Amino acid sequence: MIPIHLLVINVWFGLEKLLLIGAIISFSLVVAMYTTFAERKIAGFMQDRRGPNRAGPFGILQPLADGLKLFFKEEIIPLTSNKGLFVLGPALAMLTAMLTSAVIPWGNQIEIAGRTVSLQVADVNIGILYVFGVVSLGVYGIMIGGWSSNNKFSLLAAVRGASQIISYELAMGLSLISLLLMTGSLNLKSIVEQQMQGGWGGLLGWNILYQPLAFLIFLICVFAECNRTPFDLPEAENELNFGYHQEYSSMKLGLYLFSEYVNMFISSAVVSTLFFGGYDIPFVDETTLASNIGVNLVALLGFLTFFAKIAFFLFLFIWVRWTIPRFRYDQLMDLGWKKLIPLALANLLITAVVILALNK
Amino acid sequence: MGQLTNRSRTLEQKPLTFWESLYLPAIFKGMAITFGHMFKKKPTINYPEQKRPFSPVFRGLHVLNRDEEGRENCTACGLCAVACPAEAITMEAAERQPGEENLYREEKYAAKYEINMLRCIFCGLCEEACPKDAIYLSETFAPSDFTRKGFIYGKENLLIPHPIKDKENYEVAKGQREQQIKNK
Repeated sequence: MIPIHLLVINVWFGLEKLLLIGAIISFSLVVAMYTTFAERKIAGFMQDRRGPNRAGPFGILQPLADGLKLFFKEEIIPLTSNKGLFVLGPALAMLTAMLTSAVIPWGNQIEIAGRTVSLQVADVNIGILYVFGVVSLGVYGIMIGGWSSNNKFSLLAAVRGASQIISYELAMGLSLISLLLMTGSLNLKSIVEQQMQGGWGGLLGWNILYQPLAFLIFLICVFAECNRTPFDLPEAENELNFGYHQEYSSMKLGLYLFSEYVNMFISSAVVSTLFFGGYDIPFVDETTLASNIGVNLVALLGFLTFFAKIAFFLFLFIWVRWTIPRFRYDQLMDLGWKKLIPLALANLLITAVVILALNK
Repeated sequence: MGQLTNRSRTLEQKPLTFWESLYLPAIFKGMAITFGHMFKKKPTINYPEQKRPFSPVFRGLHVLNRDEEGRENCTACGLCAVACPAEAITMEAAERQPGEENLYREEKYAAKYEINMLRCIFCGLCEEACPKDAIYLSETFAPSDFTRKGFIYGKENLLIPHPIKDKENYEVAKGQREQQIKNK
């Protein structure tokens, strides 16, 4: 028998999800835009410069000017390139960057006109698996772009990028398994809710306190997955000219550069969700606060807290980039395969033993 | 064969200790340094809004001087052109006609006075050579131009504004000259 209620189209449900998707995508894009600005500004400050300060007060219109510049640049598609794939590359890079945002709980639910709306696009029970799946797809953007350009340097960079991302995905997954042993759930929302149960308004429940090593490994792998310094080998300017997007120009190049920042934003969100309690406000008990000032306000505060955590990680990305030089390729592989994976396995073993001992 | 200098040193390359091979302490140290730099004073000057003050002996663009009544000091004697090591100055003399006494201070004046700013080395010898206090070097430098012709400055570019008719610009152009003369 066909469960008939699955066939009924709920217009309001569709509309509210559509609005949420639109809001999240535009929010991610704006944040990514201003991360480029923050990158340049903080780079300037760290090098005792002022950074961009000409466009608008303090240069806050700089990302708009950059975007406008990219749009007006001449679009060049190399004659010997594979045109279909050449266009597909940046689109895929951007798409996979945005896709991950679907499973991240951006806040608790809000109430509008009697309806409870969850601030999560898809509350799937395999959230983390989904994240891993989409992140692996991210290799295609780099690979297709580098290969279809028909350029030695692009191809080299793409191969580097692909092998780097594949190698670090392993350690990333292994470090998360020890976290999953504790939570017992792949659902991102329930992971956040578990962390909110801890003492001090949730602060003592944050996973970072129980899995610091897993956090460290995960963070390093996230840096590698986002192709950020010290793992920015695919775009090593001084050895590969520019990297896998060397033949790209105009907004296609813009999409590639931009997808890096979107990736940074989304992975910051994932790290804060998994290890730093997501939208949990420290020192505050959300349920008692909700009965005092209403659910919507608490959701807003929760979202702001979440955003503050994300902003910290974005700053960390930039901070590390302007501090640490790039790894050599063999060092990169050495770190990934010989250091991080055994470390993650050891962490997994210890976690398993401790959980077994505590449950008995 | 012995060493020519005693500057060479043998480098000691010890294997990394466990603490060093973790890398993380060194990374945190580096991050602390970069973080500290964020709050340091920036040496940059926001150029068009803020300008670095020139030193009192700065030698910039030339100014042809007038006296208090607005008459040109220059008598086209040519001493500046002779003194100029870069041969940047050319001039043509003319005789003052009756009725031009309010324009030129003495009977002879420079009808044409040109300085090629591409040749000029801003040494200030013209200022030192001038017996009439007619030329001096100011506190501005020559702006950029698209052609070489644009760097040949004529009288219209060099002459100081009229002290009575255009008092405001005259004061600006004169700058801190009086002060400098007093300091000498």
